[in-house]
Amino acid sequence: MATQQIFSPLPGIFYRKPAPDKPDYKSDGDIITEDDTIGLIEVMKSFNEVKAGAAGKIARFLVENEEAVMAGQPIAEIDV
Amino acid sequence: MTIKKLLIANRGEIAVRIIRAARELGIATVQVYSKADKDSLAVRLADEAVDIGPPQASKSYLNQAAILAAASATGADAIHPGYGFLAENANFAEAVEAAGLIFVGPTAQSIRLMGDKVAAREAAAAAGVPTVPGSRGRLDSAEAAFALVETTGFPVMIKAAAGGGGRGIRIARTAEEFHHLMPQAQAEALAAFGDGGLYVEKLVEGARHIEVQVLGDGKDVIHCFDRECSLQRRRQKVWEEAPSPSLTPAVREQLCASAVALAKAVNYRGAGTIEYLYDDRSHEFYFLEMNTRIQVEHPVTEMVTGIDLMIEMIRIAGGEPLRIRQDQVRVKGHAIEVRINAEDPAKGFLPNPGTVSALSIPGGEGVRFDSMLYAGYTVPPFYDSLLGKLIVHDKDRPSAIARLDRALAELEVDGLATTKSLHQALARDPDVQAGRFHTAWLEPWLASHAEALAAATPSPSVKLTPTTAP
Repeated sequence: MATQQIFSPLPGIFYRKPAPDKPDYKSDGDIITEDDTIGLIEVMKSFNEVKAGAAGKIARFLVENEEAVMAGQPIAEIDV
Repeated sequence: MTIKKLLIANRGEIAVRIIRAARELGIATVQVYSKADKDSLAVRLADEAVDIGPPQASKSYLNQAAILAAASATGADAIHPGYGFLAENANFAEAVEAAGLIFVGPTAQSIRLMGDKVAAREAAAAAGVPTVPGSRGRLDSAEAAFALVETTGFPVMIKAAAGGGGRGIRIARTAEEFHHLMPQAQAEALAAFGDGGLYVEKLVEGARHIEVQVLGDGKDVIHCFDRECSLQRRRQKVWEEAPSPSLTPAVREQLCASAVALAKAVNYRGAGTIEYLYDDRSHEFYFLEMNTRIQVEHPVTEMVTGIDLMIEMIRIAGGEPLRIRQDQVRVKGHAIEVRINAEDPAKGFLPNPGTVSALSIPGGEGVRFDSMLYAGYTVPPFYDSLLGKLIVHDKDRPSAIARLDRALAELEVDGLATTKSLHQALARDPDVQAGRFHTAWLEPWLASHAEALAAATPSPSVKLTPTTAP
């Protein structure tokens, strides 16, 4: 089994959930498909969904909820 | 001047604007900044700068304790909140005063009153300011609602009392539609918000957004005439001008007098703005809200009146009475401000942070550029997309538009896509040139001009990193 990283497409603030009172999009160990949303990036007050981009199983998130990220920074590792 | 050292609890172009005004008044400046803003122009310009936390606004620019601690550590005796962030937070205004400091703005009581939609509307009505006809409070029966719309006329908006942000709004254009929609709205409000309470308001279609600048010292109030900000995208103003091209002299007089009456009724202190909807067919205007702060678009008023609103608001905060009498406030010529945002008009206004590789700032007579930019600056992604404001002033509106087009051509922000091309297209549009627009005009215009905007915009600089890589 190979490990891939999911990278942030944009710089901004990373959110693991769609709203503060909602559960996380995905947790460690979840099976995901390519089109699954794994989080949001807030850039200049606009919210952009981050897609998994590949199918597999989430090994672990590398970024906390509400953490600042740079474009191209790894957000999560997945086993494919 | 009683203020000796002013702390700026904001960032971006408005922080630069405040520092400039303070310096002209001989006041020392303290700029607080988040870690994402340590290289900002405001930090470079201020006499002192204090790190107040991480990039997220909730942990820095909204962190009241960190800001008050910075004021205490530097010996600042006043805090200017700018706009946004804590500018209209009554608790913050109270905390600043409780710490023995001056809050550059109105009293916490004024902020609280105008921040409460229902209370603000009542205060406006009590001061004789026209409000949008509708129910004063919630309507609990369909009969009461219908009795009301017989007095307002159609079309009307039916809104959920517990709703907000445009949710649960229905528009009825006839009595039949009203009878049909009212029970639906009630059921939906109950399901969505657990509260079937509704209120009804007349829908003013094709209305313009007009606002009046006021200055008060807690006793006396003057107005500095009007601005029109009808060109909006997603309720964000993109182009503002003074004076409004659509008011008759008689309506202007009534409008400005009503703004002064409301500000006087609440003993307003500092710079404030009363916003209205204006129907240019019936010549009726209606109170929308009062903003208890300096506004982004304040420079157009400064250009046509010659009054430095920032300096006046700081002087008033320092305890000085108003220095300008109403009969000394005159409008000369016409001014237009356009917002230069880090957004790509060719790509649906996609936010576009990045590094400014080169910068050319327009100049010449009647041109002002209030911005946070310098060559080599990296625009952080954590805050709003406003980079700066290009403001022009000339003898009349057609000349001001020509000057705007000329100045926009001189503006070059290399490395980022900006809204410059949008403003060039607007400046050349026959409807804009004739002043024929309203608050719902720009969005359909954008949809029908998408191709032209895409062609006019140079390729954006944001490099999208692939979402996955091996």
